[in-house]
Amino acid sequence: MTAPIELTLGPLFFNWPVQTLADFYARIADESVINRVYVGEVVCGKRSPLVESTLVDAAERLERAGKTAVWSTLCSPTNKRERSATASLSTFDAEIEVNDIGALAARNGRPFTAGPMLNIYNETALAALQDEGCTRWCPPVEMSLAAIRAVHAARPDMPIEVFGFGRLPLAHSGRCYHARFHSLNKDSCRYFCEEDPDGKTVSTVDGAPFLAFNGLQTLSDGVHLATTPSFDLRRVGIAAVRLSPHSVDMVRVAAAFRHFLDDQIAPLELKNSLKADVLDRPVINGYLGGRPGMEWSTQ
Amino acid sequence: MQPPPFELVAPAGTPATLKAAIRAGADTVYCGLRDETNARNFPGLNFSEAELRDAVEFAHAFGARVIVAINTFAAAGHTGPWKNAVRCAREAGADAIVAADIGVLDHAAERYPDLRLHLSVQAAAGTAEAVEFYARRFGVKRVVLPRILSIPEIGNLAAEVNVEIEAFAFGGLCVMTEGRCHLSSFVTGRSPNLSGVCSPAEAVSYTRDAEYKSARLSGLTIQRENHNKPIGYPTLCKGKFSAGGQTAHLFEDPVSLNTLDVLPELADAGVTALKIEGRQRGKAYVERVTREFRNAIDRLMAGDSNRVSQAAALDHMTEGHRSTTGAYRKTWR
Repeated sequence: MTAPIELTLGPLFFNWPVQTLADFYARIADESVINRVYVGEVVCGKRSPLVESTLVDAAERLERAGKTAVWSTLCSPTNKRERSATASLSTFDAEIEVNDIGALAARNGRPFTAGPMLNIYNETALAALQDEGCTRWCPPVEMSLAAIRAVHAARPDMPIEVFGFGRLPLAHSGRCYHARFHSLNKDSCRYFCEEDPDGKTVSTVDGAPFLAFNGLQTLSDGVHLATTPSFDLRRVGIAAVRLSPHSVDMVRVAAAFRHFLDDQIAPLELKNSLKADVLDRPVINGYLGGRPGMEWSTQ
Repeated sequence: MQPPPFELVAPAGTPATLKAAIRAGADTVYCGLRDETNARNFPGLNFSEAELRDAVEFAHAFGARVIVAINTFAAAGHTGPWKNAVRCAREAGADAIVAADIGVLDHAAERYPDLRLHLSVQAAAGTAEAVEFYARRFGVKRVVLPRILSIPEIGNLAAEVNVEIEAFAFGGLCVMTEGRCHLSSFVTGRSPNLSGVCSPAEAVSYTRDAEYKSARLSGLTIQRENHNKPIGYPTLCKGKFSAGGQTAHLFEDPVSLNTLDVLPELADAGVTALKIEGRQRGKAYVERVTREFRNAIDRLMAGDSNRVSQAAALDHMTEGHRSTTGAYRKTWR
């Protein structure tokens, strides 16, 4: 029998208070059907010291609950502290998720997941990363399922994890937009990003919401929702669907996805059952069909 | 003390621009083939294989160098055009290729070990560790740094790596880390990484009503101004947006990067090549900017310590007639 498609929880992008963080991962550990959880600060190195010990405890608790906990590296380390934190994660014997190619410098062939912020778009690049120890690939969010299928055809043994739920991470900058919004700069930011647990919505001057910012990161306003049935996902090599943490009931989100991936509910039912859980934002999935990411199609 | 010589790297979207740039004093020009393999895949731009051969011959006759940009990410299951572009560059006698895709670098390093490789800004290599990875694995000789590092950060990086440092000197300012931005494909379906375009012209429309003129991208209003103010091209990250009751250029104003006033600092930081952005620009623009930078570099190398601002010399070539030193000054962040 074909193995069921796994559910994973991606790294948290947002600046949540430590108690919220601890409670969140406790629930994921105790109540969720998620198989694998990525922990670690990936967006802003300034936040890492605030959450580190909470995340260490969370990872232990997740492991005790039978989940696989995988540490993710910072997307764009800059200063000495961020670089040495990345280097020290890189020396872990356990698998890690790599979000900046610099993390490979100290990896020495030990296994890693290539995160969606690494620019791996084709089979030749993936093969080169496999030589470096890559054992799982989460493609950039702008890749279509057809393109992913082409890579899978050339590298059929590589498990692929597709971004399935959440605001899409669209861009990363050296500049902090929360700080800029408050007329500050990154170094004096006062952590205003904490005020927006799912990012701050950005609208056009006509009032059409379409983006959100979260510190150094720019996300989609809409919530990406992969409603491709598991039979079709398997055909393109998808071994896991990644849910990105938001301040909604992620235990319920995961349960709905589990039902869907086990073919117990139809795509439309998945969408409807999550209606209350999608931050009151529109759902989008254009990228999967090779369309602009902000579009929605019933496929 | 004599500052280290800067290599002036100028853009060439067409054979005519290439010649103009070299005559205006460029040490090196960069250009791309007429297909999806380079990050300025616009109609009417770029070089055929024969034009590339002629370009290299022309440049070499003037003692100048040619870098071929193969800096988009090869399409899954369809990497042929990128491999072909590497072959074309090699056979035309290009002095280097500049690439971002690990697949393209891997292919080039394996197939043509004597071909000089530069790491494109699209690879987003902003730390010594990342640069060293590309140097160790593919033998890259030069890195083009993302436009998000401050001058002290560039200095730290340059001191730690054994590759040449190329930095952007003038032209468009990417606000997001290059290679890590999907904003364009999110709205238009086409992106810098995959299609070589950002906020492409086919998605742009302009309208005017009694009060405002507006520029839209795929129907979203990205710029809107009163009739007495100019509106720029609707590049997504430089649009005017609303958040939390505030309407402003939330990501960046429509400005251009101009480093004429910080060239000594860039030299001290270890930058050895200065890149002018703009393969989509016309011949007159490239000629003018190249000549201005040639003069500034020559003055610097002659030990001219006159620190009167030179930036104004190129003000009329900048977006909205405004320029910035961007992330080179840390306060930008």
